Amino acid sequence: MSDDNPVIVVINTITSPARRQRSGGYGPAKVWLWLPPILVLGAVIGLWYAISASLGARSFILPTPDRILEVYLTEQTRGEIFAGLGVTVQTMIAGLIAASVIGIGWAIAMSQAKWIERSTYPYAVVLQSIPILAITPIIAFWAPDGFTARTIVCVLIALFPMVSNTYFGLQSVDRSHRELFQLQKATRWIVLTKLQLPAAQPAIFAGLRISAGLAVVGAVVGDFFFQQGVIGIGALMRKYQARLQMEELFASVILASLFGVAVFLIFGLIARLAVGKWYDFG
Amino acid sequence: MSTTAPVATDTLLDFRNVEMTFPNGTVALRGVDLTVNRGEFVTVVGPSGCGKSTLLRIASGLETASDGTAHLGTDRIGYVFQDATLLPWRSVLANVELLAELQWQTIAVRRKKALEAIELVGLTGFEKHLPKQLSGGMRMRTSLARSLTLEPELFLFDEPFGALDEITRERLNDELLKLFVEKQFAGLFITHSVSEAVYLSTKVVVMSGRPGGIVKTFDVPFPMPRDPDIRFTPEFAELVGEVSHALREGHS
Repeated sequence: MSDDNPVIVVINTITSPARRQRSGGYGPAKVWLWLPPILVLGAVIGLWYAISASLGARSFILPTPDRILEVYLTEQTRGEIFAGLGVTVQTMIAGLIAASVIGIGWAIAMSQAKWIERSTYPYAVVLQSIPILAITPIIAFWAPDGFTARTIVCVLIALFPMVSNTYFGLQSVDRSHRELFQLQKATRWIVLTKLQLPAAQPAIFAGLRISAGLAVVGAVVGDFFFQQGVIGIGALMRKYQARLQMEELFASVILASLFGVAVFLIFGLIARLAVGKWYDFG
Repeated sequence: MSTTAPVATDTLLDFRNVEMTFPNGTVALRGVDLTVNRGEFVTVVGPSGCGKSTLLRIASGLETASDGTAHLGTDRIGYVFQDATLLPWRSVLANVELLAELQWQTIAVRRKKALEAIELVGLTGFEKHLPKQLSGGMRMRTSLARSLTLEPELFLFDEPFGALDEITRERLNDELLKLFVEKQFAGLFITHSVSEAVYLSTKVVVMSGRPGGIVKTFDVPFPMPRDPDIRFTPEFAELVGEVSHALREGHS
């Protein structure tokens, strides 16, 4: 792949934290990798206690970290929040799978026919700029149930990186590689399956990682607006907000954030396992 | 074996008055007559951008000449690109198997052909390596092995060793000559190195700058298999000098 490829830029950008980790290696230099963030975390927690204490009677709006920790340690609240997260995870997985299938399929169609690219790619860009808030009432009317509605929101948010990354990955095949196949009179299908798709894998996995992160956002946003049926962590947040259960609200926000981080790390790992052997992500 | 192979009349590539004008109006080739016979190794030297590569692209069918005729005497053509063009996700073995795979040959057949070709280029033991684990020379050997699986009658080389260091290049030149003698394919080789051209070929064709046309053709009298030390003889140096002169005249 050539250096001026836009996809490569995307890949390099999103994997730069991993690169920094790797360059650490072993020995004293590694301390500089994990020590600074931990010091920052300690400082933030210290500041948190200080602010909470300074609020006096109104300190309930910023509960101290130990009281938030208590929410996780209490069986009843822990059960509720984790059950909510479970529902959100289901939405996120369903949304990500749908976004991947639609996104990869759409990109393949565009790579096969220029007119499909011409006529539909602008709408992939438009899709990205739809204010999800604005169309939730429409989705609410159309979707048969809460789960479907939440999944649709999730797909709308997570779809674009899959479409664009897969498409640019498929298009990034070297001219000489194409000609190598052309000389053997390879069919479009063979070129797609034996050349374009394998070559696009790094870009697809980079897109998947971005989409997975967005799918978490989409699932939580979906929870927030569609509270029918079993409720997810986003819906719980709204409930806690309404009832001024600040400890539970903070606990669920932190848990959802940790889940987002975990997803990002997991999909980075998946990408490395899948193509790291031949493709250097950093 | 000598340069005059017994079936030298068998023409594998025949260019008659070939012209190439690109859609943007650039004239790449003008009035090119060129034949490559069985048993011949023809090298084309010329300045950068003189349409040498276009010649190969027409021969292989990647481009169609805008005028004249380009006739091929075989459909078993090997094409070695400027860079090794290996698929980075495939191992050496899988890369070498690729062309046979694209021709729908069975796994057993293509595996056998690939292993033979890998042995021929001296890469036995590296079958499971990925391209990124190989040196530039080894990648080029893999690329050669890949083309060898087609058992080509005509081998087209597009400046294959241009990016390699001098020592690797000389070694690959010797191995290519060995393969040429063993496998008896005909070769059409593009290079901008005059000494490489003289050392490898039975015939050297000098091209002029754009639009590319043939200035002069030299027969190389040295016998095959070629003694590497021939490069240090006065006869060799003289021929290199003549070709260089022709090249300079064609360029001005």
